[in-house]
Amino acid sequence: MPIGHYLFLSLALFLIGAIGVITRRNVIIVLMSIELILNAVNINLVAFSRYFGDVAGQVFALFIIADAAAEAAVGLGIIIAFFRNRETVLADEMDLLKW
Amino acid sequence: MLDSVIFYFFAGIAVVSAALMVTRRNAIHSAIFLITTLLATAGIFLQLRAEFLFISQIILYVGGIMVLFIFVIMLVRLDVPLPQIRSRTQKWIALLVALAVGLEAGVVIWLARKVPGQGLLIPNAAPADKLQPNTEELAKALFGTYLLPFEIASVLLLVAMVGAVVMAKKRTDA
Repeated sequence: MPIGHYLFLSLALFLIGAIGVITRRNVIIVLMSIELILNAVNINLVAFSRYFGDVAGQVFALFIIADAAAEAAVGLGIIIAFFRNRETVLADEMDLLKW
Repeated sequence: MLDSVIFYFFAGIAVVSAALMVTRRNAIHSAIFLITTLLATAGIFLQLRAEFLFISQIILYVGGIMVLFIFVIMLVRLDVPLPQIRSRTQKWIALLVALAVGLEAGVVIWLARKVPGQGLLIPNAAPADKLQPNTEELAKALFGTYLLPFEIASVLLLVAMVGAVVMAKKRTDA
């Protein structure tokens, strides 16, 4: 398999994730789109790791998975706290800091 | 031959369910399509001979992170019938921006195939046996060369854990 195929797959997943981040109102789905973007990056790292015969890319992908877990935990904690205060998870109703 | 069949199978599943995930109205449906995407990505990792990442993708992402997401979706009441897309214009702007970025990156990847000696679209993979005992190699790199980043990642996880508990805790007096 030429490596360009993996890069195009990763690009497609990244763009779909970016569209999700921009268009969705539900903050939980925005967070899920961010997970999709991180996952797209992992495909790149693992593909290059395979093609250079170097394990460093896979180590980096592992760090990104750990990072995604941390991000999901903190992000969902913020969403829970926000929902308790404002009874909403819609992005355009989060306008406390807007003036 | 078999390699590319497996790749296109998993890549198709990944892209289609990612698109469905972004467009479904129901958050639970989105979460389930994201799980399908992550499983298909795990299949691509396996096709790339990254066994350890394959299994940690399934255990960590599907078994850990997505369960957390589904818990939060269940906790948060979302059955209000509101339009899920923020506005029409925003959708078109998003599509336009995504198309522009995709075109740009695609052209770069496409042109990079002509770089002599190290083109990206020619099948010059490292020999398959160079990364053979994968988990072993990964452990050597992780606990040898990358020991310091590994320790920093553990501190990051600790901070995130404390942060998540503090965020989600009910304020008794404020």
